Amino acid sequence: MNEVTAIQPGILSGLWATARRDLLLAWKRPGDVLNPLFFFAMVCTLFPLAVGPSAAQLEFSGPGVLWVAALLATLLSLNSLFLTDFEDGSLDQLLVSSQPLPVLALGKTLAHWLTSGLPLVLVSPILAITYRMPWSVVPVMMLTLLLGTISLSLLGSIGAALTVGLHRGTALLSLLILPLAMPVLLLGANTVSLAAGNDVYTTGVWALGAYAIASLSLAPYATAAALRISNE
Amino acid sequence: MTATLSADNLTLIRGERCLFEGLGFALNSGEMLLLEGRNGCGKTSLMRAIAGMLSLETGQIFWNDVPVLKQRQTFHGALVWLAHRTGLKGDLNMLENLHFEESLRPQSERDPEEVYERLGIERLRRLPLRSLSAGQQRRVALARMLLANVPLWLMDEPFTNLDREGRKLVMELVEEHLGTGGMCVMAAHQDVEINAPVTKIHLQ
Repeated sequence: MNEVTAIQPGILSGLWATARRDLLLAWKRPGDVLNPLFFFAMVCTLFPLAVGPSAAQLEFSGPGVLWVAALLATLLSLNSLFLTDFEDGSLDQLLVSSQPLPVLALGKTLAHWLTSGLPLVLVSPILAITYRMPWSVVPVMMLTLLLGTISLSLLGSIGAALTVGLHRGTALLSLLILPLAMPVLLLGANTVSLAAGNDVYTTGVWALGAYAIASLSLAPYATAAALRISNE
Repeated sequence: MTATLSADNLTLIRGERCLFEGLGFALNSGEMLLLEGRNGCGKTSLMRAIAGMLSLETGQIFWNDVPVLKQRQTFHGALVWLAHRTGLKGDLNMLENLHFEESLRPQSERDPEEVYERLGIERLRRLPLRSLSAGQQRRVALARMLLANVPLWLMDEPFTNLDREGRKLVMELVEEHLGTGGMCVMAAHQDVEINAPVTKIHLQ
C-alpha cells in the first residue's frame, strides 16, 4: 500500500471540497452568514432616517452609502474566515495536505464570497429603492457590487490569513485591507453615481473587472504564504 | 519502493529557549521514531517542524534524500498527521468530515465500513461531531489515518482521551502499518509497546 506513486486527488477536487465544506458549515450556522447582511441592511435603512428624507439628498448620497455599507459588512465578515479553522486545528490539516495551499485558500474564499458578498448583491436592489435610485441604474449598481465584493473577499482573505494567529485581530485586519480596498470603493461608488447622472460609466465597470481579475490571480498565493507565516 | 525520512543537525529556537540543537535521525520503511520528554520540551514543535510547518534555525529534513521544503506537496501527499487538536469540524457529522478529507490526500483501498467497525464508530456516522465524546472524536481522527494511503504517520499524543482498549488498538494499528512498510513518528508520554524497530529521541 505504501508506494510513493499513490494516486493524488485532483486539484479541482480540493477547491470544490473546501468550498463545499464551508458552505455546509454556513448552512448549519446561518447566524454567522446573516450577520453581515443584517449589518448592511441596517446601515442602509438608518442612514435616510438620520440625514432626512429629501429626495435630492437621498439620490445624491445613495451610491456612496450603499458602497460604504457593503465594504464595512464585508470587512466585518472577514475576521471569521480562517479563525474557526485555526482554533479547531483543521487549518493545520489544510497546511499539511497534498493539495496546493493557494487552491484550498481560494476554495475557502469562494465559499466566503458566496455566503457574504453574493447575498449583499442580491439584497441591494431593495435597499436602492429607498434611495430613489432609478431602475435603469440598479443593474449597474449590482454589477459593480458583484465585481467589487469579489475583489474585497479575495483581498480580505490575505488580511484574514495574516491576522489569524492574533487575538482580536479585527482592527488590524481592517487597517491592512483598507488601502487595497480603497480603489474598489472609489470606483464602485463613482461608477454608480455616473450611471445615475446619465454619464458614461463603462470605464469604471471595466476597471472594477480588471481589479477583480488581478485579485483573483494574485490573492490566493499571498493568502497561502500568509497562512504559512502566521501558523509558525 | 522504500522510503526514508531523515534529518540532520536540527536546531529549533522558540522565543528565548533553544528546544533542541544538533538533532538528527534516520527512519526507514517499517520503523518507528518515538519522541519522549516531559511537557513543553518541544515534542510537538519537532513534529510540526517535520511536517514542514515550523522553520528551523539550522538543519534540514529529507524525504527520500530530497529536502522537504523543495518538494512540499509530494511530501505532504505521503503523510497524515494526527495532531493534538483533531482538526475535525464539530458542526459536521463523521461522514461529512471524512468525505472532505478524501480530497486532501491519496485514499487507500480499504473498505470504510470495515475501518469504522474496527474503531467502534460505525454507529456515530450521522451525529454531529460536537456531540461525541473526546475519545470518540479521536477515533474518527484515527479513521482519517487508516483511510489515507500514505507511508508516513505523524502521531502527536495519540493515546490522549482513549480508553484502555483504544490505546491497545492504536498500538495494533501502528504495528500493522509498520508491518506493511509504513513509518511512524510518535510523541507519547505512555510506554509504547510495539513489535517493530523503534528509535527513541529523548528531548531535554
